[in-house]
Amino acid sequence: MNRRAIVSATLALGLIGPMLAGCSGKSANPNAVELTNVSYDPTRELYQAINPAFATYWKQKTGKDVTFRMSHGGSGKQSRAIIDGLEADVATLALAYDIDAIAAKGKLLPADWQKALPDNSAPYTSTIVLLVRQGNPKGIKDWGDLVKPGVQVITPNPKTSGGARWNFLAAWAYGKKAGGGSDAAAEAFVKKLYANVPVLDSGARGATTTFVERGIGDVLISWENEAFLAEKELGKGKFEIVAPSLSILAEPPVAVVTENAKKHGTTEVADAYLRYLYTPEAQTAIAHAFYRPRDPRIAEQFKSQFPQIPMVTVDKDFGGWARAQKQFFDDGGVFDRIYTAKK
Amino acid sequence: MKLRATTEGRLTQALLIALALAFLAFFLLLPLVAVFSEALKAGIGAFVAAIATPDAWAAIKLTLLIAAISVPLNVVFGIAASWAITKFSFPGKSLLITLIDLPFSVSPVVSGLIFVLLFGANGLFGHWLAEHDLKIIFAVPGIVLATVFITFPFVARELIPLMMEQGKDDEEAALSLGASGWQTFWHVTLPNIRWGLLYGVLLCNARAMGEFGAVSVVSGHIRGETNTMPLHVEILYNEYDFVGAFAVASLLAGLALVTLVAKSVLEWRFDLHSGAKH
Repeated sequence: MNRRAIVSATLALGLIGPMLAGCSGKSANPNAVELTNVSYDPTRELYQAINPAFATYWKQKTGKDVTFRMSHGGSGKQSRAIIDGLEADVATLALAYDIDAIAAKGKLLPADWQKALPDNSAPYTSTIVLLVRQGNPKGIKDWGDLVKPGVQVITPNPKTSGGARWNFLAAWAYGKKAGGGSDAAAEAFVKKLYANVPVLDSGARGATTTFVERGIGDVLISWENEAFLAEKELGKGKFEIVAPSLSILAEPPVAVVTENAKKHGTTEVADAYLRYLYTPEAQTAIAHAFYRPRDPRIAEQFKSQFPQIPMVTVDKDFGGWARAQKQFFDDGGVFDRIYTAKK
Repeated sequence: MKLRATTEGRLTQALLIALALAFLAFFLLLPLVAVFSEALKAGIGAFVAAIATPDAWAAIKLTLLIAAISVPLNVVFGIAASWAITKFSFPGKSLLITLIDLPFSVSPVVSGLIFVLLFGANGLFGHWLAEHDLKIIFAVPGIVLATVFITFPFVARELIPLMMEQGKDDEEAALSLGASGWQTFWHVTLPNIRWGLLYGVLLCNARAMGEFGAVSVVSGHIRGETNTMPLHVEILYNEYDFVGAFAVASLLAGLALVTLVAKSVLEWRFDLHSGAKH
């Protein structure tokens, strides 16, 4: 009896102690506020630059201190975590579909969240480019070269990675155009392309590491910002960016997770944080992190940094993310068909 | 005839030893050397700087906290379970033994998901927890829960065979001489099992600090807050901070080495102890 009491007391202490500590850790200072930003993989460097700048701006404007809790991971995985209770004040993910899921399954923000901020709630854009090894030994100039025999293509798994879904759609758009506009031609093209993929990583960062660090593959289909970063971080002269003849306008959206923000009392600061992303200062930081700025004046300044590529969009050419997701990436969709058919 | 057999035996012996050594060198020594050489690639200064960042410190502190909570819990549980299993007979005993082994056979990712399903926002208790503003998943308690689950077989598994072998004669003698239950436990049982117990604690501790899969699922990966050392290694690696990643990894590897040495010492003491007894 005695022993049992001690055992259960220890168990209770061990579990409840940190639980209470976790609760009481907050709201000590009324002038300090904490924002949790749950983001996807390649934005680490971007928000490392933006967060302190916003903290200074907010301090000047309101006299309050704001600190950030950052979480990064594959976009789909992060979306799932927010639905399961990761208390994000703002979600800054790779594609609208993943925030749609938070609205639909988690009921944590309104279904029309994308109208809350300008430009489809995407303060920065990017596109999909090809990264090859120095000297371009396989002579890769465009998407068409990726289906040649003997070319190893690195791209992550579109089931788990947001970037991979953009990659897939960009390849599809090229295949469709090159094949005279038919879906059958596009499908045959991506099937041949994915037959050249030796390994599907689960996230964009993993795929970049596979290509850059482990030296696997001849060409990496990549976010433009990731490609620039790989080129910059690992020294010029190891990789070259190849701009394809056609790509896709990637719009990574941001949103206040309204229910969580209400609960934390951070609605105002969370909204200001996301609006801050549209200011000239933030847009400049965005360009420095190799994302394409939305602000036309800042975009003009950094014009020489980004290659001019004709781009399709998800809304115009694929009927929006909900449709594209269903057609291509859900179970039994096009991707399942072409990738299992490979074996 | 006899001579030939011996020579052949020696040759086989040498081959087997060589094979084992080559295998060890390739799978254990080489990666270990790689971890430390990568960590020190940019010099001692960079190594120290990488470990001294606030996020790395937070990860180290969190890892120690998790181990400090989950190891004692599992010691209590392990002793209680193996005591019950070896000193008493009751229905469902073999089922209990099987259940204790469960964390060994379940994939760590699944173990993590179990807790998300139980305590996540849409989980069984999610609503109740949200109403009372209690956080388990994506906070420290969730990491503790997942770690306790993953590590609970270690102590029990170490103690059950030992206590089974020792039987209950000593305890029965103590009880018949008028000792109370607690006296019997402190003065008879505990001294008998202490080396095995220590060994179990070491294994349990090593796993508690090193667990990745289950913790990754329930952590939420918030920098400086819910990242344990193994998770922090992954983050640094994904940020192209290879020196940082390998520096933190080398701390974990260092812990493994200390555990290994401690384990050898314990085994030696243990052998001595049981040898003297018999």
